[in-house]
Amino acid sequence: MSRLLDVKGLEASYGQTKVLHGLDFGLEEGTVTTILGANGAGKTTTLRAISGMIARSGEVMLGEKSLITKRPADITREGIAHVPEGRGTFVRLSAEDNLQLGAYTRKNKAEIAEDIERVYSYFPILKQRRSQQAGTLSGGEAQMLAVGRALMLRPRLLLLDEPSFGLAPLIVQELFEILKRINTEDGVSMLLVEQNASLALELADHAYLLETGSIVISGTSDSILENETVRRSYLGY
Amino acid sequence: MELFLQQILTGIANGAIYACLALAVVMIYQAIDHFNFAQGEMAMFSTYICWSMISIGIPYWIAFLLTIVVSFTAGIAIERIIFKPIHNAPVLSHIIVFIGLLAIFNSLAGAIWDHTIKTFPSPFPDGSFQGLIGMHEIGMFFVTLILLAGIFCFFRYTRVGMAMQAAAANPDSAALVGIRVGWMLALGWGLAAAIGAVAGMMIAPVVFLDPNMMLGILLYGFAAAIVGGITSPGGAVAGGFLVGIIENLAGTYIPAIGSELKLTVALVLIVTVLLFKPNGLFGKTIVTRV
Repeated sequence: MSRLLDVKGLEASYGQTKVLHGLDFGLEEGTVTTILGANGAGKTTTLRAISGMIARSGEVMLGEKSLITKRPADITREGIAHVPEGRGTFVRLSAEDNLQLGAYTRKNKAEIAEDIERVYSYFPILKQRRSQQAGTLSGGEAQMLAVGRALMLRPRLLLLDEPSFGLAPLIVQELFEILKRINTEDGVSMLLVEQNASLALELADHAYLLETGSIVISGTSDSILENETVRRSYLGY
Repeated sequence: MELFLQQILTGIANGAIYACLALAVVMIYQAIDHFNFAQGEMAMFSTYICWSMISIGIPYWIAFLLTIVVSFTAGIAIERIIFKPIHNAPVLSHIIVFIGLLAIFNSLAGAIWDHTIKTFPSPFPDGSFQGLIGMHEIGMFFVTLILLAGIFCFFRYTRVGMAMQAAAANPDSAALVGIRVGWMLALGWGLAAAIGAVAGMMIAPVVFLDPNMMLGILLYGFAAAIVGGITSPGGAVAGGFLVGIIENLAGTYIPAIGSELKLTVALVLIVTVLLFKPNGLFGKTIVTRV
């Protein structure tokens, strides 16, 4: 296993308010890492800082390449697909056009068509909805479309921002099973941000706990599961 | 009955003008999500550039093509130089800049080419069809349809066209799939300026060339775009013809309106459509589930 993402001393602020106070973390190729934390801990900001959507400093390395000065479109081209908070689908376009746009940086039409079918095999409901305006999809379908669109990049790293947010428990279960398959079958590495800690730890190999912009605990998912503080504050038993 | 037919055909002839300009309005709206109030003046300025080229002896169609290229480049330059720095400013700032551009282009045209009214040549033969509708109007009708087909194919079938819609609707997400949002905006400006130039060159033989030629027409262009649906190029063209016909019939058959209050018809249409069918007759209803 080799190091895929390496983050050192990552800082970010909104205006005058500093939100991230020098984060150090990373993940290995082919694994799932989760960042846990309460509302306002800086989870979303961490993802936005990695994909260049906000001003940040420190160092973010993807493999051998530094991303810290790059802009979002160029970071995407390096192979990071970000499924943003609130899904961010193109609501006026059809579901299939959304998937097409996910492959915007790729040229090979045959491969793109193949990957669209692959996304449909993960999420059969999207095939039924292919020509429907993305804005008319249900919450679960929209989240599936957002994940599907990200996969169309053939990403080296998938950033997932609270994929469970606002979805019915059954749909969440289904979505996470598919994410697990995407990780094991296609070997896509993932950085997952979640409030639902037990769900996230089930999927992840490694976890970090974020509190007000700093990492307070890190370790394998199993060790985090056994950690007293985490159990009491985030798992509730 | 003959009068009625005559008025309908005149309406279609005027409608072709409005449709042409409405296309440019819709184009920029697709790209930047705002109405560009300077659209008409930019088109007027392009038309003057073409007029200058023709008056130094360049053949019409070469001048026509050169004007399109110049306008396209100028449109991109305007976005990069003026709008890029205020990218994150509120809508109102954009509107102020639009109005500023309108005043600048208007005065600049007056300063360079003075305010005397100039004739502008038509590329189409003289005369009319059965004495009912002029050959230039027929030509303009087809130019509008060709433009429309081009725009439709661009947005529907090209990667760049789709990326442009995505960048306008959701810039954050567009960047996350690797679209260079800034350049998409610039490209939208370029295309809108080029389409506006075509509209200007088609309109000028009818209304004659002067710095204020577009003031009234832009209002009709907006009315056309709103009646047809601001998200739909086809709707804008249909809207253009509808506005032309309604305006003419109202002017002829409603004595209180006559020819002097015709412009009011455009405003009434804008308000009525926005009240009762805000998406326009052909616009997509945008549904979003939460």
